[in-house]
Amino acid sequence: MLFNHFDRAEMPRALQHLLSRDPADEPAALPRRSFLKLAGVGGFALGAFPGMALAQTDAPADKPLGPTHQPSAFVEIAPNGEVTVTINRLDFGQGVQTALPMILADELDADWAKVRSRHGSNAGAYVDPMMGMHLTGGSNSIKNSFTQYRELGARARWMLVNAAAARWKVDAATLRTAGGEVIAADGRKLGYGELAEAAMAQPVPQKVVLKDPKDFRIIGRPTTRLDAKAKSSGRQDYGIDMRLPGQLTAVVMRPPVFGAKVASLDDSAARAIKGVKAVLRVPLDRGAEGVAVVAEGYWPAKQGRDALKVQWDTASVEKVDSARLLAQYREQAGQPGPRHFDADMAPLAGAAQKIVAEFAFPYLAHAPMEPLNCTVRIGADGAELWLGSQMPGLDGMMAAGVLGLKPEQVQVHVQMAGGGFGRRAIPTSDYVYEACVVAKAARAAGLDAPVRTLWSREDDIRGGYYRPMHLHRAVIGLDAQGRVLAWDHTIVGQSIVSGSPFEGFMVKNGIDMTAVEGMREPYDLPIRLTVHHPKVNVPVLWWRSVGSTHTAFVMETLIDEIARTNRQDPVAYRMQMFGEKHPRHRAALQMAVDKSGYGKKKLPAGRAWGVAVHESFQSVVAYVVEASLKDGQPVLHRATAGVHCNLAVNPRTLEAQVQGAALMGLSMCLPGAAITFKDGVVEQSNFGDFVVPRITDMPQIAVHIVPSAEPPTGMGEPGLPPLAPAFANAVTRLTGKPMRELPFKLA
Amino acid sequence: MSTLNVNGRNHTVDADPGTPILWALRDTLGLTGTKFGCGAALCGACTVHLDGAAIRSCVTPISAAEGKRLTTVEAVTGGADRVGAAVHAAWVKHDVAQCGYCQSGQIMSATAFLKSLPRGKQPSAAEIDSAMAGNICRCGTYARIRTAVADAAKNLA
Repeated sequence: MLFNHFDRAEMPRALQHLLSRDPADEPAALPRRSFLKLAGVGGFALGAFPGMALAQTDAPADKPLGPTHQPSAFVEIAPNGEVTVTINRLDFGQGVQTALPMILADELDADWAKVRSRHGSNAGAYVDPMMGMHLTGGSNSIKNSFTQYRELGARARWMLVNAAAARWKVDAATLRTAGGEVIAADGRKLGYGELAEAAMAQPVPQKVVLKDPKDFRIIGRPTTRLDAKAKSSGRQDYGIDMRLPGQLTAVVMRPPVFGAKVASLDDSAARAIKGVKAVLRVPLDRGAEGVAVVAEGYWPAKQGRDALKVQWDTASVEKVDSARLLAQYREQAGQPGPRHFDADMAPLAGAAQKIVAEFAFPYLAHAPMEPLNCTVRIGADGAELWLGSQMPGLDGMMAAGVLGLKPEQVQVHVQMAGGGFGRRAIPTSDYVYEACVVAKAARAAGLDAPVRTLWSREDDIRGGYYRPMHLHRAVIGLDAQGRVLAWDHTIVGQSIVSGSPFEGFMVKNGIDMTAVEGMREPYDLPIRLTVHHPKVNVPVLWWRSVGSTHTAFVMETLIDEIARTNRQDPVAYRMQMFGEKHPRHRAALQMAVDKSGYGKKKLPAGRAWGVAVHESFQSVVAYVVEASLKDGQPVLHRATAGVHCNLAVNPRTLEAQVQGAALMGLSMCLPGAAITFKDGVVEQSNFGDFVVPRITDMPQIAVHIVPSAEPPTGMGEPGLPPLAPAFANAVTRLTGKPMRELPFKLA
Repeated sequence: MSTLNVNGRNHTVDADPGTPILWALRDTLGLTGTKFGCGAALCGACTVHLDGAAIRSCVTPISAAEGKRLTTVEAVTGGADRVGAAVHAAWVKHDVAQCGYCQSGQIMSATAFLKSLPRGKQPSAAEIDSAMAGNICRCGTYARIRTAVADAAKNLA
């Protein structure tokens, strides 16, 4: 979702700036805390804090193991042999809650039936080992933690084996492990649970030998989620389910236009409602002001909010109008601007054929099923937060700033989240800021209680941080044979990271890398890309697959159009373009073609094929779809996915991720998939007018994975981008008209 | 004061009679398996059974439940309910959940639907879609929901 196109070398510096101190320093003390905490709950966390571990190790310590590589923060083995693995990410449906333990358990040779999983926190051990910050995003969880979790498992296994060797007084090299037991040459066995305490005294090995992938027993096996039972019985807790003693609930009335302030407030009716404890004027994200109603539960809080009489001062803020904004973008598209890449445009003038295209994409809300929420408890010497956060480190820093605490005085307990799609990774920490402001104001008003700030669905749909609206314009010149001579392309849309701490390494030459990802590649074409980032009073954010939500649509429908101009088959044309340079694209498309019966199977009358391929987050997904028109509306019947994500850690989750991403891709096409503005006010409010797909919209989606033993790449997002263009290409075959807009509009 | 019969037990709830059942369950009784999704009967996350019928608890006031039996996902999947147990088992077997947040409501709709069928009747694909169309899943688990509902129906036959 994010951080796909940045210079890793710049990351630590950017983070120093961001966190105002080197994050590499932060974790040193933390494994010990984790160790003590974990040991207190009846299990033994393997390893010890780094200093002691290294003092005991025989191997020369050229570089101490960082906290992200210390088993103590990640593996706990209970006396009964249960292994609990802490994940360094947020699970919001994508299944890392199961996949990361699978990776660790495989190298540990654990008994999978005894493996459990839990979320981490903003402690230093749980940063992304490649990024150096807490982050669930960019489809990075498995990609960046695959080796980390393998090594953690291998280290823990080494310690258990050596503990057994010490007990039996044999050479560790004569021992093997399987199914959660250490097994001696003579057949004696010791369970991991029996060895855990002794293993803790073993040094943490720095270098470990990892398995040959052909010996994987858990990795690669279709595995049911560890939370499947809890999530099929109402027993899974999410952030919204947090219940602390004395806890109060707050809802916030936000201004109708982003950034506006309260002009006057009459809260007498609200205060009279039973259960309402306080009505508080609070500063909000982006300089706005709102009114928080704190009450004994959500319902009285909401009743209180409904009873507020507020006059808003909107004079000083821009009031966006969607139609006017689109006209402004069109105007801007004709202006010179910074270039992401360049090519000679001279051949355009003499081109035998031309394709001129303009595309429009609306703002989109994430609308995760669990409404946004954050619970804050302010204590005597620190604060605790409970929320489903994609960036708990950053959110903790924000909380510390608001509450006047040091960052290490804030503990963020990451909670299972009911979806997110990017909305829980906010550079401004908007709803965390708000929850902390409310909790602080409540405390100042004499309410010494934890406060859960909870958003309604209307708050969520109207609360901003949308996928930005975009306009694309392309002028493509072709010769008489249909070869592309020059392609002049312009993108207009707000920058997601501009003005945020991420600007320093994600904006280059004035261009936000998240706006242009997915352009040109893998097509070796002479494209000149000009980018404009207008400033608009609408908060924007990454939305599952980010730039590829629009760039894939533009590229893949235009490539189809070029193929049509050439009278070439869309599959054959793409295969020729991929050539030998893009074998994963070829393999993914070939898989989708073979499994769908494209070109062989005869479709029923009125149905057409559509094809698209797109790489995002280093994985390639190809769709071959079948669509028709019913009462003038496009209907998607079937999609066959060919997926190349290298090694598939849990094919069962991967199938679900692709099906879900495909449906979210489809969601962009359906009527009602747009956030629009009139006089600065969002026109939609709930699932009645911001429409998301229902079961009746679900096509048949078959997912086929190209076999590979290469290290895994991301799969949370890559299933999304190519779905809409594949569908559009099928519709164009039926109507003869190009599709230039999402959601679909048939003129 | 209202008396709510929830999962076979009576509870006295000190709340305005207009309070939606959802918030009495979640904030007063601590039964958080029933989820808040939209507050407007649009997404189905809050589905519970009132005298066996699936209702949207986010818009149904507690006054409407006086003298009736409320059943939540905790009881339906607790093992004693034959149909609920079959639905729960099918949900696990087919690994339906992703984020899982909507699944309480999905399971409550599926259970009410299967209970409404004559014993032994296998629902068609269109009937399953129609029965489940009121429940939104943003993760897109619909394919597995279809499979799980059909499988549960088969196992109940």
